[in-house]
Amino acid sequence: MRVLFKQSYDQDIRIAKHRGHLIWYGLLLLSTLCAPLFVGSFYLGELSRVMILALAGLGLMFVTGFTGQVSLGHAAFVAAGAYANAWALSRGWPSLAAIPFAGFVSMLCGLAVAVPASRMSGIYLAIGTLAFAIIVEDGIIKLDGITGGNRGMAVEAPVFLGFRMWESWQLYYLCLFVLVACIFAVLNFMRSPVGRAMIAVRDSEVSARSLGVKVARTKIFAFAVSAAITGFAGALFSHYLQFISPEIFGVVLSIQLLLMIVVGGLGTVHGAIFGAALVGLLETGINLAKDYLPPGIGSQPGLEPLLFGIILVGFILFEPQGVYGRWVKIRSYFELFPLYRRKTFVRQRSYLKTDRMQ
Amino acid sequence: MSLLAVQNLSLSFGGLKAVDDVSFSIEPGEVYAVIGPNGAGKSTLLNMISRFYHPSRGEILHDGKSLLECDASEIPARGIARTFQNIELFERATVLQNLLVGRQVHNTVPDWRQFVFTPDIMRAEREHRRKVEEIIDFLEIAHYRDMHVSGLPYGVCKKVELARALAVEPELLLLDEPASGLNPEETEEMGFWIDDIRRDLKITVLMIEHDMSLVDEVADRVLVLANGRVLTEGKFDDVKSHPDVVRAYLGETL
Ligand SMILES: Nc1ncnc2c1ncn2[C@@H]1O[C@H](COP(=O)(O)OP(=O)(O)OP(=O)(O)O)[C@@H](O)[C@H]1O
Ligand SMILES: [Mg+2]
Repeated sequence: MRVLFKQSYDQDIRIAKHRGHLIWYGLLLLSTLCAPLFVGSFYLGELSRVMILALAGLGLMFVTGFTGQVSLGHAAFVAAGAYANAWALSRGWPSLAAIPFAGFVSMLCGLAVAVPASRMSGIYLAIGTLAFAIIVEDGIIKLDGITGGNRGMAVEAPVFLGFRMWESWQLYYLCLFVLVACIFAVLNFMRSPVGRAMIAVRDSEVSARSLGVKVARTKIFAFAVSAAITGFAGALFSHYLQFISPEIFGVVLSIQLLLMIVVGGLGTVHGAIFGAALVGLLETGINLAKDYLPPGIGSQPGLEPLLFGIILVGFILFEPQGVYGRWVKIRSYFELFPLYRRKTFVRQRSYLKTDRMQ
Repeated sequence: MSLLAVQNLSLSFGGLKAVDDVSFSIEPGEVYAVIGPNGAGKSTLLNMISRFYHPSRGEILHDGKSLLECDASEIPARGIARTFQNIELFERATVLQNLLVGRQVHNTVPDWRQFVFTPDIMRAEREHRRKVEEIIDFLEIAHYRDMHVSGLPYGVCKKVELARALAVEPELLLLDEPASGLNPEETEEMGFWIDDIRRDLKITVLMIEHDMSLVDEVADRVLVLANGRVLTEGKFDDVKSHPDVVRAYLGETL
């Protein structure tokens, strides 16, 4: 068991709380950096996809997990980022401009939803964002001068300093870089006043207001940042797919993203990553397993959604804290062995919360 | 000049006059208690001062300036912090994070800049942390610093909420039943904290309270409300023998 003796406030403020963090996350980063040396291009592609999912999940986590605003429309921001990036590249922009542009366009879309959304909550917000996503999908079809409409649109490879990056390892590094940068940005936000304001808005708007948090502004901010991060994911996704069309960014993608962060663990950065890894593994696993399954089962169309559904229901029933919550428990089991008790993580409601102020 | 002056304040919910023509003023440095039977309109009064409710009539002056054009979220910047009758903590955050939210009004870094942790943000964070640690020491809650709020005992939650209001560094503290749900020892302790808050931190306190021993112990002056109206105001000893007060409380324990 690790007992931390704190000697300065900085220890709580720093991202890596102790040497163990530094070592383990350092190793993780090192192994992801070295992966292209050992891993074939098929699996590099799969890893890139997981990182793109993780990035989009991180964006959604920002607004749903940290600020408590459920969004069923994040596919729209993925779409905005993907099309903005593809359009910018087709006009000959370098990726150093196209990817930030994708985030920016997506952020503008985010602001457009966030202003009305800041007055909504719960199921109304979920339906509102869902409606927005459907409008965006429709808009893409209508704007076929730019987007190619239903025919879709080819995406050029990323360009850096005049070099086209066709190889899968190049896309892999691009995804890794954007993901790590965004994780750091999110971690910084979360240890700053604005991140605490978001948590405050999530847990109690009334007392957040009484402490000087501008609730609507905080929600709009969270939505805009979330949309920007998801827009980056969209830009990378367009490179991964190399060809985009509106039906890719439908409601199913929105739901998949939401599933991902719930299964991964709401309210933590880890949750977004774990969720993406799980969903990615599952998809790859199903695709690989299809070859071995009897044709009657393997070729059934609804196999993936069915499995996702079962997994989601299982998590909600048995592990509402998600994969990350389960991991924390397993870790503390080993740290505390043999002292661990089954009830360690059972929280007691030791007081009643009656008639909360509206 | 009075720190807070409430003039002819009224608010009705539908046909019910929850607060009806209430006036009083609080001088700097005093502990001012509002008592009254259940449903007297005490919380409604506090919610109007902290700008969660808008009065249908009347005026609230703080340092001679009206509070009525402020939104609830602008109240802490005016030097007024509050607690809630039914604890309103950020449950899925630690005690420390809860208190740090109390520092929100002292944040000067614009939101968008906080994605990079620049040295000036680091410095500001250390300063917030130092202030919060002072309060943690003051209220002796160091033991709970890194614990999540959900799962803390009720009495500790009450203290954390008080600490969070203190983190605002207010000049006026509004407490809605700080001792409700506490056992006699905890109530006595709460009395000591309120005394210390007034004496050491020089904070003026407006508190709603049902526990008469606590009111007797800490309050300089007491306002008695019943059915939204002021019954009387004065020192606790004079107030408690006032015939109207006795009548209003008949059937309730005094
Ligand atoms: N938001 C509201 N809508 C309608 N009626 C309300 C509302 N808030 C309070 N009331 C009513 O106003 C009256 C005064 O309520 P208030 O909460 O101010 O009482 P209180 O003095 O704080 O009582 P307690 O000691 O039980 O806390 C009550 O009759 C209550 O039912
Ligand atoms: Mg009340």
